Amino acid sequence: MTPSWIALIVLAIAAAGFVLARSRALRAAAREGRRLHSLPGYYGWTAALYAALPALLLLAIWLVAQPAVTRMMVWPVLEAEASANAVPSLMMADVQRLAAGLDAAVETGRLSREAARDLPAGEMRAAMAAQGVALGSEVTSATRDAALRWRRLAGVGHLARTIAVIGLALAGAAWGVSRAAPDFRARNAVERAMRGTLISAALIAILTTVGIVLALIFNTIEFFRLYPASEFFFGTTWSPSFGGGSELGILPLLWGTLYISLIALLVAVPIGLFAAIYLAEYAHRNVRSWAKPMLEMLAGIPTIVYGLFALLTVGPLLVEAFGRGGYLGLGWMQGGTAVMTAGLVMGIMLVPFVSSLSDDIINAVPQSLRDGSLGLGATRSETIRQVVLPAALPGIVGAILLAASRAIGETMIVVLGAGAAARLSMNPFDAMTTVTAKIVSQLTGDADFSSPEALVAFALGMTLFVITLALNVVALWIVRRYREQYE
Amino acid sequence: MTDIPQTGPLPDGQTGPRPGSLLVTDDRTKRRNRAEARFKAYGIAALAIGMAFLAALLWAILSNGLTAFTQTYVQLDVPLLEEKLDKDGDRDPAKLAKVSTFGYAPLIEQALVEQVEATGVETELAPKALSKVLSGSAAAQLRDRVLANPELIGQTVSVELLASSRVDGYLKGRVSRASLARDKNLDAEHLDLIDAWREAGIVEKRFNWSFITGADASDSRPEQAGIGVAMLGSLFMMLVVLVLSLPIGVAASIYLEEFAPKNRFTDLIEVNISNLAAVPSIVFGILGLAVFIQFMHLPQSAPLVGGLVLTLMTLPTIIISTRASLKAVPPSIRDAALGVGASKMQAVMHHVLPLAMPGILTGTILGLAQALGETAPLLLIGMVGYIATNYPEGVAEGFLSPNSAMPAQIYEWAKRADPAFYERAWGGIIVLLVFLLAMNLIAVLLRRRFERRW
Repeated sequence: MTPSWIALIVLAIAAAGFVLARSRALRAAAREGRRLHSLPGYYGWTAALYAALPALLLLAIWLVAQPAVTRMMVWPVLEAEASANAVPSLMMADVQRLAAGLDAAVETGRLSREAARDLPAGEMRAAMAAQGVALGSEVTSATRDAALRWRRLAGVGHLARTIAVIGLALAGAAWGVSRAAPDFRARNAVERAMRGTLISAALIAILTTVGIVLALIFNTIEFFRLYPASEFFFGTTWSPSFGGGSELGILPLLWGTLYISLIALLVAVPIGLFAAIYLAEYAHRNVRSWAKPMLEMLAGIPTIVYGLFALLTVGPLLVEAFGRGGYLGLGWMQGGTAVMTAGLVMGIMLVPFVSSLSDDIINAVPQSLRDGSLGLGATRSETIRQVVLPAALPGIVGAILLAASRAIGETMIVVLGAGAAARLSMNPFDAMTTVTAKIVSQLTGDADFSSPEALVAFALGMTLFVITLALNVVALWIVRRYREQYE
Repeated sequence: MTDIPQTGPLPDGQTGPRPGSLLVTDDRTKRRNRAEARFKAYGIAALAIGMAFLAALLWAILSNGLTAFTQTYVQLDVPLLEEKLDKDGDRDPAKLAKVSTFGYAPLIEQALVEQVEATGVETELAPKALSKVLSGSAAAQLRDRVLANPELIGQTVSVELLASSRVDGYLKGRVSRASLARDKNLDAEHLDLIDAWREAGIVEKRFNWSFITGADASDSRPEQAGIGVAMLGSLFMMLVVLVLSLPIGVAASIYLEEFAPKNRFTDLIEVNISNLAAVPSIVFGILGLAVFIQFMHLPQSAPLVGGLVLTLMTLPTIIISTRASLKAVPPSIRDAALGVGASKMQAVMHHVLPLAMPGILTGTILGLAQALGETAPLLLIGMVGYIATNYPEGVAEGFLSPNSAMPAQIYEWAKRADPAFYERAWGGIIVLLVFLLAMNLIAVLLRRRFERRW
């Protein structure tokens, strides 16, 4: 029985439990001539929740665990061959495909149950091809045995799953119905269950963080087992080659990341800050009401758009100006992708980020400070420079740090705009690459996580995570501390 | 530093107002006023630069992308000869299907030659070279039409075939005679022919529905590529995100805002959520790759996995906005509900939540819009490099079989070598932005319509 059918049956049992428990509670109340503790619906819900929640939870766990357990139990059959042969994950995939193909063949009636069991390894590929299942290579006898074992285990597993889940649902429903008596506090029971659900939803945030950290740590440790950590952190060359003998030093990537982020901040901070000051202190209400949303439109545009803008518009424009034979005749730029291209476009992206954060912070400075300064005869700009900005400074620093963390973690703009060459250079018109761009290039289109060239992406991700996390924590701390100051 | 006029008699020989009078501005005041004007000008300039960036971006998108919505077609009268396509004459679909596109190519070539003669253009191009003005998919297009309607065999039908991307580029001004000099795909002579045919109304540009509804095509056929299948992939992903992130986000927010005691544990959750909101999106891609694909063995490139990753990414956004709208419901509502005997849970579920719903939905739509445009995590779970040429069959297939998504498709086009794909990428961006704009508009309208001031 497929999982969706099982889930439907569980829900049907829950519905039946609801009706039964509700009517039982009502009947009991009428018989005993007393009032129910809770509204009748709550008795129904108790039974429904007892029936559905544990059963569905079990089903979910089973769905995740069964393939893993089956894989573990099938593996011994393949082990002998694996040492001589290639990648285990691919062999396992073959086994799974073969098992699925046999299932399909039995279902459509192309093979009888017995024939599927007794088919020799040599004929399997042809039989599968007739079924429309393409296998990569001839089926070896170990693969065949493994596939047959897989089918057997999967069959047992599916049967056990159906029985266990439906049995649990029935037991839960029965328990819920049996408790439906006037003095049972059904509402409290339902509310406890709801509260539990709410808490587990809130826990998903923690689980995500734990998932991120575990995924990064395990693979990073795996990477450092294959590649020395000191060379990773202090190496100055980045030249991965999947054939082996790669040099995977992070320094050129970090340099590219920081350089691009620096240019981005040099663009975004002055523009964003002055725009925020103007909007908060000078602009008429009407101007503010259209200029602020317009500026924030820049923040709503997906980064892929900025990436394309960098690659196809800004890059060629910069080459026309700074490239060989350009207007300025400088010949500084070789191609459209460069630190400058990515930095400028990223700066544009960050302008609304800086401006709306600074705007909030400037608006949070109490009006009394401004009034005091203006009353002493200072001009508006003097008030802003000498009173408002110093008061808002910690918040603005926090905003800039948040912007820096965004810049360091930005991916699409640098993947498209910054180039692919990892180098340590001071020329902002050179192509350089960043941590995020290399994570993408090392991990796309690759399902095999055993080589250091692929695993390095996790170490890069870890570095990125730690840097941005540190920036965020500091920034949030500063912003929060500052906000409390005037509240 | 004082503006009080000096008193006493004027110094000898001096006329006019006294120094330091309010009626004259002294140098210092002038300087301060200039600084004031300068400072204000900086602000205006910054704002203007920001607007200019926005304008430049929009201009680049529209000027490069709008052409993707028109496409060049060639009108041809193709004789569907019975002896070529159906030798036995019994219109058996199985036999018809055996004739591959190679069987149709000569018919098209013949039609081209006849068309050249009919319009009286002199050209030295061989029949084989003539077919370069058509898309490589022209024969397949014709074949599909015949297979759908076998009655056409034996007649001469008038069909509209896709022109090749170079011809299309010529009509749109992307390709010129000079740029064809080094191009093996088309010669200047072809362009003479196209000019003549254009005057005769045989070659025409028209609205390109197949860009909006169609599938991606291989590297050599930019004229055929469309974003429809990727759109569907995005739709399935958004369904996953909506179904998961709305209930989970709302439940988590209700707990944190209404029930959570003030202790270490809830502090931990709060810090976690605000940090997750600022984690780079690519890190979520790494998480998805390691947990959903490496550990749980879910299928690569599937919208289900993409949706799961984007759910984790948008959850913090949704939680933050939901909490804000729960907080906006005044405590008097809760007090009133509790006062008439409702439990805490009933007060929240029956009164606070319905009142906060418009705000929650607005936040959710904005979160979805953010997820719709996100690309980086999708790159890591394999949604790039996959050529989405087929529509998924059925709903389960839609969630589980490999597909692309709109931003991933745009990235894919941006990486290809042929500049004709850039036009598609910009066009794809227009489609994406239209969706985002629509979602934002809905959010704004929702807020305007249902927002309550307490």
